Amino acid sequence: MKITLKVWRQKDNNSKGAFKTYQLDHVSSDMSFLEMFDVLNNDLVQKGEEPIAFDHDCREGICGMCSMYINGRPHGPLQTTTCQLHMRSFKDGETITVEPWRAAAFPVLKDLVVDRSAFDRINQAGGYVSVNTGGVPDANEIPIPKADADKAFDAAACIACGACVAACKNASAMLFVSAKISQLALLPQGQPERKTRAEKMVAQMDAEGFGSCTNTLACEAECPKGISVTNIARMNREYYGAKFSSENV
Amino acid sequence: MNWFTNFFSSSIGRKLVMALTGLFLILFLVVHLAGNLQLLLNDGGKAFNIYAHTMTSNIFIKIVGYVNYTMILLHVIWAIWLTRTNKTSRPVGYAVSKNSSTWSSRNMGILGTLILLFLVFHLQGFWYRMHWGPIDTVSYDGEEYRNLYAVVDFAYSHLWYTAIYVISMAILAFHLYHGFGSAFQTLGLNHVKYNPVIKFIGVAFAIIVPALFALIPIVMFLN
Repeated sequence: MKITLKVWRQKDNNSKGAFKTYQLDHVSSDMSFLEMFDVLNNDLVQKGEEPIAFDHDCREGICGMCSMYINGRPHGPLQTTTCQLHMRSFKDGETITVEPWRAAAFPVLKDLVVDRSAFDRINQAGGYVSVNTGGVPDANEIPIPKADADKAFDAAACIACGACVAACKNASAMLFVSAKISQLALLPQGQPERKTRAEKMVAQMDAEGFGSCTNTLACEAECPKGISVTNIARMNREYYGAKFSSENV
Repeated sequence: MNWFTNFFSSSIGRKLVMALTGLFLILFLVVHLAGNLQLLLNDGGKAFNIYAHTMTSNIFIKIVGYVNYTMILLHVIWAIWLTRTNKTSRPVGYAVSKNSSTWSSRNMGILGTLILLFLVFHLQGFWYRMHWGPIDTVSYDGEEYRNLYAVVDFAYSHLWYTAIYVISMAILAFHLYHGFGSAFQTLGLNHVKYNPVIKFIGVAFAIIVPALFALIPIVMFLN
């Protein structure tokens, strides 16, 4: 395959970036999108040029590190992670434009790498359960309805890649935050900190500078893990309930 | 009160203001339409003029009217506030962007602005003249009434005036198409049993209500 790549190059957060075009003549359709970048970077290194910086880790679609905005869509044309996207999804001779996630809360660090530590800070604000150490509890000691467990698991499938933020016209993080709030709100272990969690995580989300949801549902359409916007409705309910009934004045 | 102001300035709290005021305005549309349909009665405007008189003189209606103006203002101010925040959340846009959402959901701000412009035109044309004139009077059964029907009838005898109303109702339809269902989602009312019902009523409302509103100027223009 022959591919023309238009890639966003930016030295660091303070520099002005620009697109740079690369011609690739020997791309296999079996390559993953990231392997295609590896090959290109090999060429660049041999030519003495700076390789393109991009985030990646497990390359199995579960870690949430890869983050490329490919041809106008987060993670490219398929509803999957960039690492699970293959060159067979593109046409021979196609021009592919690759950009970093664009959001004030995700500043570009270099080329296609953005700083997503805003997500970590939201999780640190309340996305956990406090557990005292002690003896190992018996499995299934606490009965949990199967339907609740399934919903919690579906929410917990979120890999925090940030595609929802990238896809949203408002750069809103509500799909991510709602998944994190939901996975704990649905389980008995999440109850003690339920109200405080909703209040703190939403407050941190706002403080990070993410936009507000306008229910366009673009996030759900682009999420590689199929996180549903029913979680956003649940987060709204959790937040209203918490704000009006918690004792945090 | 800190938590209270904090709530209404949070991202979700501001969305709630949009949803609640939006739903109130949706209810207002139904009442307004019911009153307006009297323009199509074949009685030379008698029913409509008596109705218009009641709407401007009844104290209860007056209070509801002020609530309504407040709701419109809140809806507009909170929308501007939210939109400004949302714009700053993405200072650098994408070079290539493919949309996976509906056109109306992405353009609520533009649609809303056009509706607001229409509202200014609409209030200036009918509401202002009904309250402060100049307006002729007509008498039914010995009582004097302001003849708003004649004002409306004269306005809709012009093609451009009728066209503005019909186009504005099409814009309203697109605004409602997203707004109706969106309000329920924001309220947290997302349930497998009721989602299809909300969706169906929302689409039907977005088509039927603006269509009936548009029908009035069209019929009066043709007559």
